[in-house]
Amino acid sequence: MQKRAIVQANAEQWVQCARCKKILFRPDFERALRVCPHCGHHHRLRARERILLTVDPDTFEETDADLRPTDPLGFPEYADKLRKGASAAGENEAILTGLAQLNGVPIVIGAMDFGFMGGSMGSVVGEKVVRAFERGVELRCPVILFCASGGARMQEGLISLMQMAKTTAAVGRFHRAGLPYIAVFTDPTMAGVLASFASLADVILAEPGALVGFAGQRVAAQASVGKPPANFQTAEFQHEHGMLDLVVPRRNMRPTLSYLLEMFQASYAGSITP
Amino acid sequence: MMTIFDFEKPINELESAIAELRQLAAEKGLDRSREIAELEAQRERLLRQIFAHLRPWDKVLLARHPKRPYALDYIRLMCESFVELHGDRLGYDDPAVVAGLAKMGGRNLVIVGQQKGRDLKERQRRNFAMAKPEGYRKAMRMFRLAEKFRLTVLTLVDTPAADPGVESESRGISEAIAQSMLTLFELTVPTVAVILGEGGSGGAIALAATNRVLMLEHAIYSVIPPEGCAAILYRDPNKAPQAADALKLTAESALALGLIDMIIPEPLGAAHRDPQTTALSVRTAVLQQLDELGAMSPDALREQRYQRFRAMGVFETVG
Repeated sequence: MQKRAIVQANAEQWVQCARCKKILFRPDFERALRVCPHCGHHHRLRARERILLTVDPDTFEETDADLRPTDPLGFPEYADKLRKGASAAGENEAILTGLAQLNGVPIVIGAMDFGFMGGSMGSVVGEKVVRAFERGVELRCPVILFCASGGARMQEGLISLMQMAKTTAAVGRFHRAGLPYIAVFTDPTMAGVLASFASLADVILAEPGALVGFAGQRVAAQASVGKPPANFQTAEFQHEHGMLDLVVPRRNMRPTLSYLLEMFQASYAGSITP
Repeated sequence: MMTIFDFEKPINELESAIAELRQLAAEKGLDRSREIAELEAQRERLLRQIFAHLRPWDKVLLARHPKRPYALDYIRLMCESFVELHGDRLGYDDPAVVAGLAKMGGRNLVIVGQQKGRDLKERQRRNFAMAKPEGYRKAMRMFRLAEKFRLTVLTLVDTPAADPGVESESRGISEAIAQSMLTLFELTVPTVAVILGEGGSGGAIALAATNRVLMLEHAIYSVIPPEGCAAILYRDPNKAPQAADALKLTAESALALGLIDMIIPEPLGAAHRDPQTTALSVRTAVLQQLDELGAMSPDALREQRYQRFRAMGVFETVG
């Protein structure tokens, strides 16, 4: 009995890499920001973990936490999936947004959570993204968005498709205000999210190995002549094809973002619009 | 399950019987008008009966009907003139997207439409109206042209989806779709979209971020094809009819949800039974919308478009 308890306690100390399957010592793994020291695989992060990892300590203030999804179409199993998503992600929706500082620079930040229904974009995600950009305009702040999404949320039907247009329109206004928008593609950034606000950033970064693409791999392969390349729809593939600026390892993300903010700051920080 | 092709069979049989009688009457100089009238009344009754009870899946099949009129058919039937323009100026000209300058009801328009093919060869050439990045980049060129010369934009949407292949991915299909929407949002000229047949997810919304969005009565507009939805939801693509119910992809549902502005009625038996009348209805509806939009200033047009989409979404705010 006692032996089993020890094994169990030890088991919590160890974790297996999702890619190379090597057993990792959890404290080391956490210190490495959940990047496998053997194969470099970047494991997914919860939205809240991502934000706290990125911004200055004690500066994050969540916004629009009071928005909740409904089931406007009465779609099969949706209510149940929402409940499960909430308990899996520990959040009320697939995106977390708020105000924070990065190296002392005030920013609007958002992070999507793949654990909540695959990070899919329905009404609440669309609304929170739009409000993030509107708040950016209002406060003259840059917007940084960490994307992690399978695409538009099927369970809200056409309403979800419309979120692509709605978020795009908000990015358009934000650009006209002359403010910087930086998107970070994390694993995975796909379909309706990639084909709307995510691809419209001034600078696009991605984490190594992140899945980034339009259609599912099977659909893409079926629709093509010949076999897709081995790195098809990875961050590296998109980088090779000019679709994103930089592939940035997790430990370098904060300094890279800080560098970009500093480059753009002079242009917008001085001016104040009523 | 009654498919459109099943239910069209008796109608088509009646129609060939009518045609035969007509020919007979003409050749032999006999008066068969009473029999013809009786058969026509029968055909009408049957059509009414069938079309009174269309389910969402029947609409999917109607929207994909091989005889349904396509973008170029509408352009030919609605416009006084049309000159097609080509190319994205980046190395490609996508045959899945047709674009050009048209005159319609005394107005000068830029028209951008997705074009399906009528026979196998044409279908392949047009890639089943699945636009590649270059198709959306050609569209953007036309939108900018419209802005520069203060022309009205009309988009004709009819696509199962944007092209999902490796080539399109390599050239940035997602970015092209996003930029196409963004370009439409920035315009200060009136813009109208008509969903003619299939409004297939990102491939469709890329051309439909407009001041007004109209849908033909039997068109569909959906975030995912019903087959794809069924594969996820029921792990069985054959349950597409159930998925079509769940997705609420009909014009009626889209109007009820406040996501489109107007349904354009189709003739009895759907657009393919009378393309001329359908095109005329589309033309009338579009011109009516343009009359309304004509009263708005350039800034008001851009603002109305923003607010139109800004308002879309259903959620709760907890206390």
